[in-house]
Amino acid sequence: MALAKRIIPCLDVDNGRVVKGVKFENIRDAGDPVEIARRYDEQGADEITFLDITASVDGRDTTLHTVERMASQVFIPLTVGGGVRTVMDIRNLLNAGADKVSINTAAVFNPEFVGEAAQRFGSQCIVVAIDAKRVSAPGETPRWEIFTHGGRKPTGLDAVLWAKKMEDLGAGEILLTSMDQDGMKSGFDLGVTRAISESVGIPVIASGGVGNLDHLADGIIEGKAAAVLAASIFHFGEYTVPEAKAYMASRGIVVR
Amino acid sequence: MQTVAVIDYGMGNLHSVSKALEHVGAGRVLVTSDAQVIREADRVVFPGVGAIRDCMAEIRRLGFDQLVREVSQDRPFLGICVGMQALMDRSEENGGVECIGQFPGSVRFFGKGQVEDGEALKVPHMGWNEVAQTVKHPLWHNIPDMARFYFVHSYYVEAGNPKQVVGRGHYGNDFAAALADGSRFAVQFHPEKSHTHGLQLLQNFAAWDGRW
Repeated sequence: MALAKRIIPCLDVDNGRVVKGVKFENIRDAGDPVEIARRYDEQGADEITFLDITASVDGRDTTLHTVERMASQVFIPLTVGGGVRTVMDIRNLLNAGADKVSINTAAVFNPEFVGEAAQRFGSQCIVVAIDAKRVSAPGETPRWEIFTHGGRKPTGLDAVLWAKKMEDLGAGEILLTSMDQDGMKSGFDLGVTRAISESVGIPVIASGGVGNLDHLADGIIEGKAAAVLAASIFHFGEYTVPEAKAYMASRGIVVR
Repeated sequence: MQTVAVIDYGMGNLHSVSKALEHVGAGRVLVTSDAQVIREADRVVFPGVGAIRDCMAEIRRLGFDQLVREVSQDRPFLGICVGMQALMDRSEENGGVECIGQFPGSVRFFGKGQVEDGEALKVPHMGWNEVAQTVKHPLWHNIPDMARFYFVHSYYVEAGNPKQVVGRGHYGNDFAAALADGSRFAVQFHPEKSHTHGLQLLQNFAAWDGRW
């Protein structure tokens, strides 16, 4: 008996529509996040992550409505992130049917918010999202920093220490976005994934830069992650969730 | 049409549980904190998330400890996650909390830094894990033995009466994933988040006559 490693498709949603078209075999592109989440659910995805990138304030209601529709039809865990800044934001998302809420930038500017959120709602539903990039030069002892604003702004915060601090404040899970130095689609930065996974006692989800199934398996085997999150390799029909699971199983990873 | 009351004591999201029950056609699903509605319901679901101290404080404040003792005796009753833990004698979470005492046994912490098969065990125990069906029960109908369900918890139930353990889980140590006694059934995992097998369990609950 062993806990399965999780595969989590991620949907970027703007104003109630998935930003990039998603393609399933025999099904044309669809922009409805609920429809897409249902497909992934049928394929055996272990969870769904819904990343709200809606810029407008009015769009928040659309988001809540979409989450509500999704939670009424998809019976696997649902994490919602993006623009979560207040206790009220969290309450609204949980009441709409989210199981977990992911806090990103707000945690950087106000770490106590993570503690407050965990106290109110329980650690089990508080995910802290971290964007980390390597800042050490090749050959130096590796060091990674937290970045905000889509990876553009450095914060000077050490990523490993930051992750531990988030755990101490009550985060139940870390969603770690990292990319290997080469850039896009070359896999996770396995160094930081492993460094954080081995220094915190809570589960770490590896995210960022997934271009093939080896990247997913490496995130678990080398990066020691409890779960892997990916968007484009699933959305564009390059791989299905069952293919990803079969491949991971062939590399000795326990999957559902 | 039969009614299913989902007890609302203000802790967490009951949307998923009620939607999942509706999805399997369990009848009229009422998310409620009205004791009268709960007493009149044909079936009762007792969910829970978060810290046990806060849950028990609200349960007591609303008088639901006594209510749960009543309605778990004479009709199908399902405790979920912290709802299951609240049915035990006590929990060691939050420095020790007395619970409702409908099942003998206690709730313990998984412990930090446990290692199994060379792998550090993360806490919370979060994700899909297998449940060994140790005893036949109507709620396991159409669910394969060792099916995976979705768990998220840092504390686990150590049953006082091993005969009541109808589903066993393992994460570093064995724990009670499902308990049953008469018309009471309780699960540590979230059936409402456990896809086909979880929905099957809820459907079984909706069809169960409460006898075992």
